[in-house]
Amino acid sequence: MMTDLPIISLAIWVPILAGIAVLFTGDDRRACLARWMALAGSIAGFLVTLPLYTEFNFADGGFQFQERLSWIPAFNIHYHLGVDGISVPLILLTSFITMVVVVAGWEVIEKRVAQYMASFLIMSGLMIGVFSALDAILYYVFWEAMLIPMFLVIGIWGGQNRVYATIKFFLYTLLGSLLMLVAFIYLYHQTDSFALVDYYRLPLALPVQVLIFLAFFMAFAVKIPMWPVHTWLPDAHVEAPTGGSVVLAAIMLKLGAYSFLRFAMPIAPDAAHYLAGFMITLSLISIVYIAFVALVQKDMKKLIAYSSISHMGFVTLGMFIFNPLGMEGAIVQMISHGFISGAMFLCVGVLYDRMHSRQIADYGGVANTMPTFAAFAVLFAMANAGLPGTSGFVGEFLVILGALQVNFWYAFLAALTLIFGAAYTLWMVKRVFYGEIANQQVAALKDLSKREFFILAVLALLVIGFGVYPAPITELTNASVSQLLSHLAQSKLPAGY
Amino acid sequence: MSNIFSDLITALPEIFVLGMAMFILLLDLFLKPSQRGLIFWLAQLTLAGAAVITIITHTPAVTYAFNGMFVDDPMSDVLKVMTYIGTAMMFVYTRHYLTLRGMFRGEYYALVLFAMVGMMVMISGQNFLTLYMGLELLSLCLYALVALDRDNPRATEAAMKYFVLGALASGMLLYGMSMIYGATGSLNIAEVGQSLTQGAPTYSMLILGLVFIVSGLAFKLGAVPFQMWVPDVYHGSPTAMTMLIGSVPKLAAFAMVIRLLVQGLYVLAVDWQGMLVIMAVLSIAIGNVTAIAQTNLKRMLAYSTISHIGFLLFGLMSASMNGFASAMFYVSAYVLMTLAGFGMILLLSRQGFEAENLDDLKGLNQRSPWNAFLMLIVMFSMAGVPPTLGFYAKFTVLQAALEAGFVGLVIFAVLMAAVGAFYYLRVVKLMYFDDPQDTSPIDAPTGMRVMLSVNALSLLVLGLLPQVLMGVAAYAMFYSMN
Repeated sequence: MMTDLPIISLAIWVPILAGIAVLFTGDDRRACLARWMALAGSIAGFLVTLPLYTEFNFADGGFQFQERLSWIPAFNIHYHLGVDGISVPLILLTSFITMVVVVAGWEVIEKRVAQYMASFLIMSGLMIGVFSALDAILYYVFWEAMLIPMFLVIGIWGGQNRVYATIKFFLYTLLGSLLMLVAFIYLYHQTDSFALVDYYRLPLALPVQVLIFLAFFMAFAVKIPMWPVHTWLPDAHVEAPTGGSVVLAAIMLKLGAYSFLRFAMPIAPDAAHYLAGFMITLSLISIVYIAFVALVQKDMKKLIAYSSISHMGFVTLGMFIFNPLGMEGAIVQMISHGFISGAMFLCVGVLYDRMHSRQIADYGGVANTMPTFAAFAVLFAMANAGLPGTSGFVGEFLVILGALQVNFWYAFLAALTLIFGAAYTLWMVKRVFYGEIANQQVAALKDLSKREFFILAVLALLVIGFGVYPAPITELTNASVSQLLSHLAQSKLPAGY
Repeated sequence: MSNIFSDLITALPEIFVLGMAMFILLLDLFLKPSQRGLIFWLAQLTLAGAAVITIITHTPAVTYAFNGMFVDDPMSDVLKVMTYIGTAMMFVYTRHYLTLRGMFRGEYYALVLFAMVGMMVMISGQNFLTLYMGLELLSLCLYALVALDRDNPRATEAAMKYFVLGALASGMLLYGMSMIYGATGSLNIAEVGQSLTQGAPTYSMLILGLVFIVSGLAFKLGAVPFQMWVPDVYHGSPTAMTMLIGSVPKLAAFAMVIRLLVQGLYVLAVDWQGMLVIMAVLSIAIGNVTAIAQTNLKRMLAYSTISHIGFLLFGLMSASMNGFASAMFYVSAYVLMTLAGFGMILLLSRQGFEAENLDDLKGLNQRSPWNAFLMLIVMFSMAGVPPTLGFYAKFTVLQAALEAGFVGLVIFAVLMAAVGAFYYLRVVKLMYFDDPQDTSPIDAPTGMRVMLSVNALSLLVLGLLPQVLMGVAAYAMFYSMN
């Protein structure tokens, strides 16, 4: 039986060990070897996550594939891993995107190849650790450790202003997470345990719950990011190399949303209800206001970065309306946004590698010289705008339906964004791809290489596939979502309140 | 007769180290410069021998000797072994540096070993006078060591500054001790503790004494507002001496704090707690904020030390077993990190060139990826980012402080930790994101390279398995304090 193996541990440690092995290939004289080793490592990393889906018990909403070993007995800390229907799709997304990133950086990265590839492999393992840790300190260790490779990726391979961007990224995230650590320590003193399941059961008074929720909020809202703590994201995205942007948008942003579902909401459910209005307001501001901000961007990567923030607003909105439609929608939106935003950043990367510019104004009429690429780019742009038939539609539609059950105006505001989203995305597509050929450089562009075609084709298939048939995701998440919602519906206030 | 014999056994490690130090001093007279290597190995042998003696005679029981002036408890054994290890590591790091600068002489090893005897006496002192004697022995050796390169005006100035301020601190400590003696009628720590539990005689006199003792200790630790000497002495001393001042003596200073404040004056915990709180908060704030403005790596590490001392005080001010154990864990983690940090400076230094400016680290990743990676671990460990040892160090002291109810202060401390992360990140930025100014190859003996790799990787390995060091600290505290 496959289940005898520690599948989650393998999913975490295979990419990390592969990354360390890649590091040992040394300097750029052996770059080719580093690339092939990284590819092999990422494929192995993806294969070991597959059993999480094939062996998954769809009827069980609890944690499966659990592994529990004593780690730091002095503080009752365990190496405790487990997954449920919410984390499995995200883990698969992580290991999948890692393969994409390795292939996408194949020829583009020329200096310090081994370090680049190793960073992404190690990051992949750490992010899977975040998605599967059931012990607060273990989770925290993965959560923070993941910052180190990302810090290096943006700082070493990034653009002009990379140092500012990467330090801002690191400090923003660190500041938020340290407050979360304080919350964990507080909970430890209440329960003498760092186990998540013990926290789920712990009754807490409302003021305490609110403080704990806010501490988590500081950590997770920065990561998602929600308005008004989003300002690190456009900087980080613009300066990061393509692979860094893809991982940031496709996976790192999801960590924040996932952590709300895993930690903040179930540990402090009453506070989550109490502050739902606040969270919904911030989400709606993110959705609407940031969409306007995206509309005026001149830099393609910045535009997509803002669009990510706006789309993540849908995720938080879906989570805090507390109904199954919203919650399912939020999760589908997370996965679909992972594919779409990743693909969009890859498209910008394709152009950037050729022209070394991200400015919309430098382009025009690209469709004439790169017809195949234009077809893909338009497809992903449509998906980003939420066109029915693509995965972007499913998540947003579910969230809007869920919001409609709660309050008409929430749904109305959220739905407006389908228009704004279409506006900023399609306007960018129009300016970049259509019209007359803008200049000599555009005229000299070559269409996609086989490698680029392959990556974009796979992503396109997934975007359309999940758009037409999202059932694989919803089947996975169903049991866990209903279990989570029933947990959230129960008050955790101590008796007497 | 059997009594004095067992007393000598209890103090055997100190006696052994002292004898060997004197032997080394004598032997050095008869050695040619080319034979100095022997001194190095003899010093290492001394440390190994002392470690063997300490470990063999170790028991979980508490043994008093010399009429209660000296104690051998698990805490002292653990801290002594850590001192030996730290000193041995320091010898490996500094050898090449000293040779290049003409300071590879017998005096250096003898003085360091004498200083170590001072530390050991501080660790095991159970009487105000024993403690004071140990402290003075340590301090006098350190003053001399800083001035060892006597033609270097900066080092001489640093030694002078260190001596004047150190003497002042010793005076304050001694004055405080005399007050406590006046109030309780005893110099023995256990007796002082006992007489205080039977009802404090003259409270105002005790408090006055306490204030002086705490100030003296803060001076030695380098906690704000008694930190002025730290940056100047760190900066001015030859790096090999800075490494010594910044690392192992903190273990002894920690032990002294435990002996005086916890074992002696625990009844006054409410009073010293308040003082430690203020010093802890100020140290963390001023240390971290001022470090940002530094361009000299040694000065930056000096301010970073001040902030680490602040975190150490966070553990102590909790005034609980949990807090003391976490402080001990913190101080041992701190020593490991400091050794590695200064080890890197020594590694990059060459004949006639001190790699002490931040800019000297520029582009290290291109010059030597492995060393850049090691320094990366050290910096993230100092910043307290998991999965390094530094994270668990901060984690344990913060949880102890939170348990003691200092919620606001803990939040303040973590915010300051984020501020502190900035200057550690800047070092990483210089190493990884900038191009090198200086492309000369790094030439350092293999021993030093291996030592640095082991030291920095230990921060990572102990970060993955922190239970080892935590368990040792908890064991030492539990069996020494009951």
